Amino acid sequence: MRDDDVLGAAIRWLNDPLVWQGPGGVLARTVEHLGMAGAAVLLAAAVALPLGVWLGHQGRGGAWLIPLTNTSLALPTLALLMIFASSGLGFGNRPTIIALAVFAAPPILANAWTAVREVDRSVREAARGMGMSSARSLARVELPLALPLVAAGLRTAAVQVVASVSLAAFVGGGGLGRFLVDGFGTRRYGQVLAAAVLIALLCVLVEAVLALGQRLLTPVPLRTGRGAVARS
Amino acid sequence: MIRSAAGLPARAVEPVANLWFTWRYVENNLGDITTALSQHVTLTVQAVVLALVVALPLAVLAHRRPRLAGPVLGASGVLYTVPALALFAMIYPLLWDPRTTVLIGLVMYALLVLVRNVLVGLQGVDRGVVDAARGTGIGPTRLLLTVELPLAIPSIFAGLRLATVSTVALVTIGIIVGYGGLGQLLYRGFNSQYRAEIATATVLTLLVALVADLLLMALGRALTPWARGGR
Repeated sequence: MRDDDVLGAAIRWLNDPLVWQGPGGVLARTVEHLGMAGAAVLLAAAVALPLGVWLGHQGRGGAWLIPLTNTSLALPTLALLMIFASSGLGFGNRPTIIALAVFAAPPILANAWTAVREVDRSVREAARGMGMSSARSLARVELPLALPLVAAGLRTAAVQVVASVSLAAFVGGGGLGRFLVDGFGTRRYGQVLAAAVLIALLCVLVEAVLALGQRLLTPVPLRTGRGAVARS
Repeated sequence: MIRSAAGLPARAVEPVANLWFTWRYVENNLGDITTALSQHVTLTVQAVVLALVVALPLAVLAHRRPRLAGPVLGASGVLYTVPALALFAMIYPLLWDPRTTVLIGLVMYALLVLVRNVLVGLQGVDRGVVDAARGTGIGPTRLLLTVELPLAIPSIFAGLRLATVSTVALVTIGIIVGYGGLGQLLYRGFNSQYRAEIATATVLTLLVALVADLLLMALGRALTPWARGGR
């Protein structure tokens, strides 16, 4: 069936209160979507942040991080998702969170490493010269200076994860992708179109909120124009 | 020997190990694998070539009119946050054609990467070189074709490599409209819980990305003989 009035169907779908309510409704799925994304980013950050900061503080032994980050681009998220979902981790949300954490880790790791490593040598030496221990210099001097770039890495990872959670639906998971996959399955293209717009809006909104958060985290003297931190 | 009702020897039931890799899978499914692989490669090549054809004039325009650069990059940044799955799902109900849907989506993402890199490459050309070239009396078109673009090649190829590798990975999302190259094998393998199919499709996707990346690296080097010794 090809509904010629897909746009009308999409608007009708969005205006149906039943679509929004209940355990499988848009609101519940949005909460689930953001919860899964949050879990994946937290998991990735818990491993990648300390490791990246430590490697950057050491000043050597982290050169493999950038190639790792670039290589991770070549592996399709979908492939890792399906491998995890087929290897005893169970279907649905759990393998999705783990797979997305794997993809979120490289940008967090690489940015944290670069951020701490690129702190001006003379600043670091001044801190040590004032009698700060290595750990104190890291905590009081290097980390605050590194914060904007660390936050940029977290933001990149978070935006990417919020987008990729939509893929969970392919392996029986939840999140907003459910409406797309189910819509295609049942040929309800109005629902497909409406849900796609909702997902796109959610991603743009998350990106905007995180950009604002990153700006607020950046000490005022370090703020430049807008979004000065390299993101690619 | 146990005989079944029909008098034939009962089939020896091997314990079916759901291996992650068997040659038997590859042998038995060579046709499907070839189809998926060629679909994947064709889509990638077409998407990247089309994207480059569109990106070059856009970047040149943004370079000539710096006031356009901000909005062009800003808009592309916003578009880049939209997931491929959602983009494909938005395009399909307009066109009703799986192949065109995936192709247009891929072109859009590759375009964003390429415009940015071509623009960075053009802006990175030494002003002294540009002034010297102008001093020889050549016009803006020849300046662009014989000086600026060749000097931007390293940045353009960095963009091409990034765009190609991400396009190879993104093709798999095409399964949402039933046209995902090797992603179709991934999805079929997942739905039948056939591990060898999932793993083979994954490895092939990585290989396509690797081969494309190496080819582009070699081409980029061949096109910039003056940059030997650098990266």
